[in-house]
Amino acid sequence: MAKNKEETFRKTPTGISGLDEITNGGFPKGRPILICGSAGCGKTLFAAQFLIKGITDYKEPGVFMSFEETPKDLEDNFMSLGFDLKKLQSQKKLHIDYVRIERSEIEETGEYDLEGLFIRLNYAIDSIGAKRVVLDTIESLFSGMGNMTLLRSEIRRLFSWLKEKGVTTIITGERGESSLTRQGMEEYVSDCVILLDFRVIDQIATRRLRIVKYRGSMHGTNEYPFLIDEHGISVLPVTSLKLDYKSSTEIISTGLPALDNAFSTGGIYRGSSTLITGNAGTSKTILAAHFALSSCNRKERTLYFSFEESPDQLVRNMATIGINFKQAIQSKLLYIHASRPSLQGLEMHLMVLNRLLAELKPRTVIIDPISSLITIGNSSEVGAMLVRLLDTLKINQVNALFTSLTHDGYTEYSNSNIDAVSSLADTWINLRNEERNNERVRSLLIVKSRGMGHSNNQQNFTITGKGINFTTTNKK
Amino acid sequence: MKKKLKDKSIIEAKLVLKLYVSGMSSKSMTAIENIKLLCDEHLKGRFELEIIDIYKNPKLASEQHIVFSPSLLKKLPLPQKTLVGTLSDTKKVLKSLGITFEK
Repeated sequence: MAKNKEETFRKTPTGISGLDEITNGGFPKGRPILICGSAGCGKTLFAAQFLIKGITDYKEPGVFMSFEETPKDLEDNFMSLGFDLKKLQSQKKLHIDYVRIERSEIEETGEYDLEGLFIRLNYAIDSIGAKRVVLDTIESLFSGMGNMTLLRSEIRRLFSWLKEKGVTTIITGERGESSLTRQGMEEYVSDCVILLDFRVIDQIATRRLRIVKYRGSMHGTNEYPFLIDEHGISVLPVTSLKLDYKSSTEIISTGLPALDNAFSTGGIYRGSSTLITGNAGTSKTILAAHFALSSCNRKERTLYFSFEESPDQLVRNMATIGINFKQAIQSKLLYIHASRPSLQGLEMHLMVLNRLLAELKPRTVIIDPISSLITIGNSSEVGAMLVRLLDTLKINQVNALFTSLTHDGYTEYSNSNIDAVSSLADTWINLRNEERNNERVRSLLIVKSRGMGHSNNQQNFTITGKGINFTTTNKK
Repeated sequence: MKKKLKDKSIIEAKLVLKLYVSGMSSKSMTAIENIKLLCDEHLKGRFELEIIDIYKNPKLASEQHIVFSPSLLKKLPLPQKTLVGTLSDTKKVLKSLGITFEK
């Protein structure tokens, strides 16, 4: 029985990056799928991407039946996302049918059915051999019509006809007050329902997606952030982390010979991730700067994300302690990207990160500090985002260094945002300031270091005109 | 009521009507019957009626923006009107077509 079900239940790729992973392979093939959400949450784009990717990536022609936008509007809107609808139409792979209903011209004079719509759809599907259909937004049929019962039963008939026809159909629906859609479409589409959400928390807008229902299939049940950029929609399936990246045995320097010596390997592994924690003023950024400069000295491109200081300020401040970034910036080895964490939502930050990664192809990435991101999301979201980010970095064998602010000297082990990062970091260095004999003593302790022996000593250091200088000698 | 309808009808100009039906469905047949009856009764010689089966002309359905079936399109005189349904509500049909009666 179970086997039989597996055979008959086929899926079709969604064309939305990340969604196939959440849905365990895509949408149910040949069935209707309801996408609902409030105005402006990306329903039409979602549907269009499903259709267009279906054509370009999976060779499945598609019909777009638009009840709201004219073909011209659609063409213009999707051109900006790099989707050339005109070309696809001329290639007979896409058919756009605009259903114009002039309310003021219509009079109801008795019983009717939606046979006109059926015939148009049938004609459109058959003329290009469509496998995918989008109805955006069929509920607009209801506005202004008197006989709701009749329309409802017709729409039910339409969905079962589409199912019989074997086309995978996306139906979009505007979010209703008490139900998922205004006309209760979710009652008719029982196979797969996806809810899109656009919400503003603490003045930061985030888009989210949730699979409300997916009959007969496993699916992720979380709310997943998604983003819309110039490549369309992508969902961030943070749970799809695969632990199958390659690990390098090459050793690189941290930028501080004394610190390198604290590791049995004389440095850290290439492509590993390092976390630096510490209270305010424990010189986390300086350590990060040393790391960045050493990467530049190896002629490896370095990407520095600064969430607290502007590039200019960072360069100026580091110059005072002998860390000169100017040359590295001029020779395009160092790229500093500064932005306020609260400027945009988490996923937008992640998007910028990903884009810069793709553009610059850096060998080293520094995020200073990662704890700033906590201010714009809860720690589980940040944690999820970091998993995904680290995943990307690891796959690309990029050296990663994150700094994180802790608030109380001894709570680093119980801080939830550190928890999120520390398990992902290969090396964890904690920095501390202590007052001894009316003097501030800076110290560094390697908390953990995967696959490398390391010094167990707390090492004191001072900050000089030439950067960090260790005052205690290392014992291995 | 019935008497009133048999009064002499007044229309501004010749009516150009197109009735879009879907095959031989009962609703389509009712609509055809109703419009023929109405034309015979009130529009002798002052109308042009074309009955189109959208099953046979699916492309036309799209071009003429037909969604509901049956649909009666009043092309002329302007403004255009679309009367959907079986045309059983005679009063409404006459009003929508702009047909009035001498008292």
